[in-house]
Amino acid sequence: MITRKRLAAGICALLATLTAGLAFPAAATAGEPTGEDAPKVNLVLDVSGSMRARDIDGQSRMAAAKQAFNEVLDATPEEVELGIRTLGANYPGDDQETGCEDTAQLYPVGPLDRTEAKTAVATLTPTGWTPIGPALLKAADDLDGGSGSKRIVLISDGEDTCAPLDPCEVAREIAAKGIGLTIDTLGLVPNAKMRQQLSCIAEATGGTYTSIEHTDELTDRVNQLVDRAADPVVTPVATEGADQCAKAPTLTSGLYTDREEFGQQRWYRVEVMAGQELRASVSVAADRAVSPGYGTLLRAVTVHGREIVRGEAAGNGRTDVISTGLRYPKPERDDDSDKPAAETVCLQVTHSFSAASGVQTTPGLPLELTVDVVDGPAQSSDVASFGLGRGWWLLGALVLTGFLAGVVWGWVSRWRVAVWRTN
Amino acid sequence: MRITRVLGAALVLLGVAAGPAVAADAPTEAGTSFRTATEIEQGQEATASGSAGDYLYWSFPADSGSRPTVRATVGLPQAHAAETWQLDVYDGLRRRQACQYGAQTRTAARDASSVELACTLRTVRGWSEPWADDPLPGTYYVRLTVVDLTATDLGLPVSATVEVSAKDIGGSAAVDGSLAQPLVPGIAVQPEESEEGSSSSAVLSAIEPEDGWSSGWWSDRWVWTAAGGALAALAGIGGYALTRGSGRPQGA
Repeated sequence: MITRKRLAAGICALLATLTAGLAFPAAATAGEPTGEDAPKVNLVLDVSGSMRARDIDGQSRMAAAKQAFNEVLDATPEEVELGIRTLGANYPGDDQETGCEDTAQLYPVGPLDRTEAKTAVATLTPTGWTPIGPALLKAADDLDGGSGSKRIVLISDGEDTCAPLDPCEVAREIAAKGIGLTIDTLGLVPNAKMRQQLSCIAEATGGTYTSIEHTDELTDRVNQLVDRAADPVVTPVATEGADQCAKAPTLTSGLYTDREEFGQQRWYRVEVMAGQELRASVSVAADRAVSPGYGTLLRAVTVHGREIVRGEAAGNGRTDVISTGLRYPKPERDDDSDKPAAETVCLQVTHSFSAASGVQTTPGLPLELTVDVVDGPAQSSDVASFGLGRGWWLLGALVLTGFLAGVVWGWVSRWRVAVWRTN
Repeated sequence: MRITRVLGAALVLLGVAAGPAVAADAPTEAGTSFRTATEIEQGQEATASGSAGDYLYWSFPADSGSRPTVRATVGLPQAHAAETWQLDVYDGLRRRQACQYGAQTRTAARDASSVELACTLRTVRGWSEPWADDPLPGTYYVRLTVVDLTATDLGLPVSATVEVSAKDIGGSAAVDGSLAQPLVPGIAVQPEESEEGSSSSAVLSAIEPEDGWSSGWWSDRWVWTAAGGALAALAGIGGYALTRGSGRPQGA
């Protein structure tokens, strides 16, 4: 152990001297260009007639929601721009058409004035229909603009009463706009149909669904979701892959999103210089009901169609994404030929999801692609570290060889002396 | 491990690219996607609350020569039907990594209060061929989710605890070569470290082991090989002395 320690210290000193002048891999803390805009959250609250039911901790659902909202408004981080939208708050009548347009902005998305927002919430009384779909569309419009993260928190106690507009498809359309919006849903004292609908909405946008039975659960969850919005996160760049490499967009290092329909293939191009390493990973999200059994394939192909390397993944059962990745280190050039130094690598993405029966197939599944082109490819010339050996067999072999060499040397010198003596 | 620590300390002393300050508090939240995964350190016990059906993501750094083990405990609500939970580990390229040992998937019986999952990865190597999916130094993602549950249990509150530990495998896993940069997503778009390192802008992954990434130079193979050389030299002298005899031959 002592030898090891000393040796380590020696080598360490040596190494430190060596590396002091050299560029060391940069510590990874600084940021990449992202939305500097404030994160926006829109709380969408169901104020339909059914919110009168007194089944949350002995108080009405509306009272529970109000109490939770007050606490959430107090705890909202400064940087978050918060808005509140209601659905079913104003029209008490029986006309479905009017009832299904009943959604209003209670508090506009912007810097939060806690007192004003609380006063606005206090005025709410359970009234009308449950137009979830239209409310989501409007709520997405409220959040328009800016490049910060966007989140809708939908709190409802009943399923949508405004057929045929399916809120789940509305959510998928909102997600397909590529504005990076997440919808989280909370169901107050849920039944089977409502649970299915709300979780479908959440799934379509990469959000979460929560069942609420108690006031404190509601407060905690909404607080958690608002805090999540405040966390800085890298905003992906929307891109559109082509159906063949020749027409594909050229990507540089970064994070990208795209949509890929069932059975479609997407091509992208990346320029890789000699002595650089391409790293690409792709994840395809299942934002709707899909058949169990799925996969994804990411291939790096030359412009002439030769496959360089591939990443593949397959899975089964419930999932949010299926992902895979690949690495392509392009060796340093060792000759001064006229061939261009940069190579165009085509990336092909395919997935083998299949939509469950009765599920819409458009828009395509969301796809996330990360591309990193780093300097200096990885290389290796031996299996073991620097070709060094290890273990008792090595020691035995070395000792034996050394001993035999000593014996031979001894004989040789004996023989030489004998020869010298004879002469 | 000690070696890397000493090395790391030396680098800090020299002011060379010291890693970001170690966060003292364990995270109490989990991310919901690769992009938002909560970063944890090895040895930290991260907790999170969520709903059954959520996909919870964490990420941790693993360096070459170590064999990480991820353990997760899921606290379930008081009343529920049987449900199956699963722990998946992905590497920095989002490739799923196989578990050598550990119950990666486990079914909690009806009304069980918790379920425990574990996954021991293969040893992280310094280098592998691009066509292999061997674990490489870099970011690792942990995904915890329920894979089978009844509709009535969807959305019920659950809690989760995740801890990553690693066993140092040492020189037997020391392979030749190293990656130019660890397999950290987004590493190519991270500019040089800012003055304070407290920039609020987001990165895909800003993860680094406590002692920084190892350079890949050191392994105990140096000791073995050097010791072998020394012993061989001794044995050589021994063999020489045996055949040559001591001193000059008699009568010379």
